[in-house]
Amino acid sequence: MSIIARNITKTFGAYTALNDVSLEVPAGKLVALLGPSGSGKTTLLRIIAGLEFSEPGSGRIKFHGEDVTDLPAGKRGVGFVFQHYALFRHMTVAQNIAFGLTVQPRRERQSKEAIAARVQELLKLIQLPELGSRYPAQLSGGQRQRVALARALAVQPKVLLLDEPFGALDAQVRKDLRRWLRHFQREIGVTTIFVTHDQEEALELADEVVVMNNAKIEQVGTPQEVYDRPASPFVIEFLGNVNRFAGLGHRLPGAGQDVIYVRPHDVDILREYHGQHGIRVSVQHVFSAGNYGRIALVRADNGETIDAEISRVRLAELKLAAGDEAFVVFRHIRLFPSGAFSERDVSTDDARAAVVDPGRDI
Amino acid sequence: MSRSHRSVIPGFGLSLGLTITYLSLIVLLPLSAAFIKTLGMTWEEFWTAVGSPRVIASYRISFLASFAAASVNCVFGLIVAWVLVRYPFPGRKIVDALVDLPFALPTAVAGIALTALYAPNGWIGSLLAPYGIKIAFTEIGVFIALTFIGLPFVVRTVQPIIEELEPEFEEASASLGANRWQTIRRVILPQLVPALLTGFAMAFARALGEYGSVVFISGNMPMRTEITPLLIITKLEQYDYKGATAIAVVMLVTSFTLLLLINLLQKWSRRHHAV
Repeated sequence: MSIIARNITKTFGAYTALNDVSLEVPAGKLVALLGPSGSGKTTLLRIIAGLEFSEPGSGRIKFHGEDVTDLPAGKRGVGFVFQHYALFRHMTVAQNIAFGLTVQPRRERQSKEAIAARVQELLKLIQLPELGSRYPAQLSGGQRQRVALARALAVQPKVLLLDEPFGALDAQVRKDLRRWLRHFQREIGVTTIFVTHDQEEALELADEVVVMNNAKIEQVGTPQEVYDRPASPFVIEFLGNVNRFAGLGHRLPGAGQDVIYVRPHDVDILREYHGQHGIRVSVQHVFSAGNYGRIALVRADNGETIDAEISRVRLAELKLAAGDEAFVVFRHIRLFPSGAFSERDVSTDDARAAVVDPGRDI
Repeated sequence: MSRSHRSVIPGFGLSLGLTITYLSLIVLLPLSAAFIKTLGMTWEEFWTAVGSPRVIASYRISFLASFAAASVNCVFGLIVAWVLVRYPFPGRKIVDALVDLPFALPTAVAGIALTALYAPNGWIGSLLAPYGIKIAFTEIGVFIALTFIGLPFVVRTVQPIIEELEPEFEEASASLGANRWQTIRRVILPQLVPALLTGFAMAFARALGEYGSVVFISGNMPMRTEITPLLIITKLEQYDYKGATAIAVVMLVTSFTLLLLINLLQKWSRRHHAV
């Protein structure tokens, strides 16, 4: 079931939560809405769910080509999982899961036996077959999350919407559940959108990532696309650590400030260097616990900090220690021109040179 | 105190001592005085004092009218609290303050005002009189006075719970296809039951002991509208101290048992609210 949201605007008083946002989600995909808090991602999810409505006259929501803009949440066929699960505390796990089936109009409602069988099937699906008679208060966070998911799936929704699904869980449970959700979504193939502010979660889990900022969508693409070809400085800064350098623009009168970005893993450290674009640095700190070595470096010429990530093998070869002198070269850099510069074709070589020698004219 | 008893919340001994002394002075001592007074009676004297038909009739009207009033307040108090919390409307602050009026008003004033309103020549009483409906000086009058004084108890106990009710639960219910009525009955009300029971217990207890507002509107007809607290006063005025305390003891034990039962019920109703 594909989802289309077109020209959605939403304001809360003077505050604009969504500014003319359009989004298309192909059927069966797992899509992440990624952004900082206040970017409008949860509001967009709630509008798709029908828990919130866009400004009168603005925007349409379509599921599989069918316009659902004016339908209330209960009639849209969505399964919604809340950040804090919103499980009904006075009902058992089984009663919670059965809720959506037992509130159907009498004519469409399944028999008690059929509902009980469906609940049992869902309990198996979420790998908690024995816990039907427990109350939510007796479950762990991860178990509650899965019960909330089962409750949303019981009514066989056309789309599944999850608001910060792993936000309230600790790191290990979060990781397990992430993997489980991905596998699970593949298996049942329901079109799924989830909201997160965690870039790692979005990149690892989603088929497609929608990066949001300031009530707008910055970029839509596969995890690889948004990571390797970020469309804006916001996207590159939001998706992981990055070194930021002032570009060429500040040298020219009237030009806007353009910026150059280098990912820490694109920084290579050398003991000796005789080429053209090396930067002399001194080692400030070496963090060697983890999957890779992280090194904080200080430029010898202007005192700017550069973060580098290198493999542990390479780190062992280099035998770096705080205070050592070294050189860095950038394997890959990304330039975002702005202002007057945006019209000019700046080769990455020029940009590279500009980083290496900020005083250089081009 | 030994080291093993160290706690981050100090002062347990002191505060418990204060609590017990205070409760003894304010609550336990006067109540036990009533018990001790009745100890001077023989069983026969006691039974005649608490079991005469006139006294039994007064228990009936007191407990039934109090129960009915508290029940009605549960329904309408809940609606009032809901409206005050959920809907912003002009004058809400004033309506909110109005709820407390039965607390603040001297009960005699309330009694006189209600009587003036519901007497056969009062504003409301005169409208109903042509249809043969009498309110003042009947059981209905007692019930109305007790409803009046009980309302704030229900509203003020339920209100904070409604304020804390996360809209998420209602949204979850709605997104699962429940209509508004199903959401109220199956999701909202069960969460309010413990607070409602507390409110009911408080309104009920207050109504049982109420005197000032009832005596004017009830007409105090023996065997019909004479409430137990009034009977106690009557006995006191006749210098029948033992008879008065004997009835008081019966009221005390019954009220205490009922409140205990309601408390147990309340505890049971919130057994799953650990989180």
